[in-house]
Amino acid sequence: MINRWEVQETNNMIQEDHLDVRTITMGISLQDCADENIDKFNQKIYDKITTKAENLVKTGEDIEKQFGIPIVNKRISVTPIAIAAAGCKTDSYVSVAHTLDRAAKTVGVNFIGGFSALIQKGCTIGDRILLNSIPQALAETSRVCSSVNVGSTKTGINMDAVKRMGEIVKETAILTQDIDSLGCAKFVVFCNAPEDNPFMAGAFHGVGEKDTIINVGVSGPGVVKKAIESAKGADFETLCETIKKTAFKITRVGQLVAQEASKRLNVPFGIIDLSLAPTPAIGDSIAEILEGMGLESVGAPGTTAALAMLNDQVKKGGVMASSYVGGLSGAFIPVSEDHGMIEAVQKGAITIEKLEAMTCVCSVGLDMIAIPGDTSSATISGIIADEMAIGMVNAKTTAVRVIPVIGKGVGEMVEFGGLLGYAPIMPVNTFSCEEFIQRGGRIPAPIHSFKN
Amino acid sequence: MKGIITVVGKDQVGIIAKVCTLLADNDVNILDISQTIVQGYFNMMMIVDVSQSDSIFEQLVEDLDNLGKQIGVIIKFQHEDIFNSMHRI
Repeated sequence: MINRWEVQETNNMIQEDHLDVRTITMGISLQDCADENIDKFNQKIYDKITTKAENLVKTGEDIEKQFGIPIVNKRISVTPIAIAAAGCKTDSYVSVAHTLDRAAKTVGVNFIGGFSALIQKGCTIGDRILLNSIPQALAETSRVCSSVNVGSTKTGINMDAVKRMGEIVKETAILTQDIDSLGCAKFVVFCNAPEDNPFMAGAFHGVGEKDTIINVGVSGPGVVKKAIESAKGADFETLCETIKKTAFKITRVGQLVAQEASKRLNVPFGIIDLSLAPTPAIGDSIAEILEGMGLESVGAPGTTAALAMLNDQVKKGGVMASSYVGGLSGAFIPVSEDHGMIEAVQKGAITIEKLEAMTCVCSVGLDMIAIPGDTSSATISGIIADEMAIGMVNAKTTAVRVIPVIGKGVGEMVEFGGLLGYAPIMPVNTFSCEEFIQRGGRIPAPIHSFKN
Repeated sequence: MKGIITVVGKDQVGIIAKVCTLLADNDVNILDISQTIVQGYFNMMMIVDVSQSDSIFEQLVEDLDNLGKQIGVIIKFQHEDIFNSMHRI
C-alpha cells in the first residue's frame, strides 16, 4: 500500500515544485469538412470542433480534481487548414481563422492550433492562400495559432518558403505593433514538424492521425531542479540517474491523466509529449536546472553539454513510463517563458548564437525570442534558414518563433502576458544575408552516409 | 475505488473527528490512518474506500477542501492512482 512518504513526495512536487500536466490537447481531423463553399466549410468545422471538444475543458477540470494535479491548459489542434480548406473556392482563409477562434471560445480552450501549411517541398494553391492569410488571421484573432513546416530531413529546405516566412513574421509584427507584435508569438516555422505535437503554437493534427485523438504534454522543470539540488556535487552517473527517475515519475502522471481523459471523453489516446516546459514562475525554469548542474549562468561554456545530457535523460526516464511517446519530447528553451533565461539575457550571459547551438541538442528551437523591430525580413529568414538547417542535417525537429517588436530596440523589455511571459529584446547580427535569401529555390536533402 | 486524504496544518482539537464525521456522512470507509505531529504541525494521511458512497468523487474533494478552510488546515483528497502510477511499476 502507498505510504505517507510517497504521498508526501508527490504532493510536494505539485505544491512546491510546480508539477503539473501542461496540456491536454485534442486533435481533431477536419478532412471530412471539405466544401467548395467557404461559408459551409466554416459551419462544418465549427460544428465538428464544438461537438468533439464539447466536454474537453470540463473533463480536464474533473480529472484535475480527482487526482489533485493541475492541468494548466486544455487545447485543440486541427488538420492543417491549407489541406482542410484546399477545396474552398476563395482567395483568403481569414474567415476560417475567425471560425476557429469562435469555436475555441465556445468550448473554452485557450489556444487552437492548425492554421498551418506543410510546404517543405513546395506550395499548393491552398498553401499560398494560407500563407497570405496568416498575418491578418493572427492580428484579428486571439486564440488561433499558426505553424508552417518549411523543411525536412527527407526533402531539404524550401528556401522560397523561408524567404516568405521572414516576410510573414514582419507583416504580422507590424499588424500587431500596438500590442508589442504579440501576433508573432502565435506563429512557428518548423523543420521536421511532428504531426502529434500537443504544445502551442506549433500543434496541428497530422493527416496520418485518427479522426480524433488525445495528446498530453507533461511538464515539471521545478521537480527536476529540486532533484538535481539533491545530487549536488555528485558525479554525472548519479546526476543522470536522478534526472531519469524524476522524469519517469513525472511522465507516469501524464500517462495516467492521458488515459483517464481518453476514457472519459471516449477518444483514443495518442501520445505523451515528454517535454520539460518552463513557465515564467520562479523555480519552474530550464535555465535554473542547467545552473543547478553547476553553471554560473545559462549560456556559460558547458551549457550545451548540460542541456544535451538533460534532454537525453528526460527521454530515457520518460520512455519507460509511457506506452506511446511522441510530439516534441525534449527540453524547451524559450526565452520569454523562462525566468532564468530572461535573467541570463539581462546580464549578457546568453546570445542568440548560443541559443542556436543549444537547439542542436534539444527540442525545439529558437523560441519566444524578442528581437529589434527594425530587423529586416531577410535577416529573419536567415535566422530561420540556419535553424532549419540544424533540423534537416540532424534529423530532428527545430523551430523558430521570434518576435520583431516594432518600435523597440535592444535591451528594452516586452511584456507578452500570462504563460508567454516577458523578455528583453536581444541583439541580432546586423550583417546582411539579403543576397543569399533572394536566391530562391530549394536546398536539397542532405546525404546520410559519411556522417561527420 | 480508493482515495488518499492528506491533512496538514496547525494542530488543534477535533481535526480527525471532523474529517471522520464528514466521511461517515458520505458512507466513505476508512481503511488506514497514520498521523504525526511535527513541531506543532498536524500531518495525517488516510486511505479510504469510496465504493459504498453515493457521493461523486469531485464533490467529496470540494467538501473536504471546504471543511479544511473552516478549521484552518489543508485537506486534500486524491484518487490513489496518482500515487500508484508515480511510485509503483
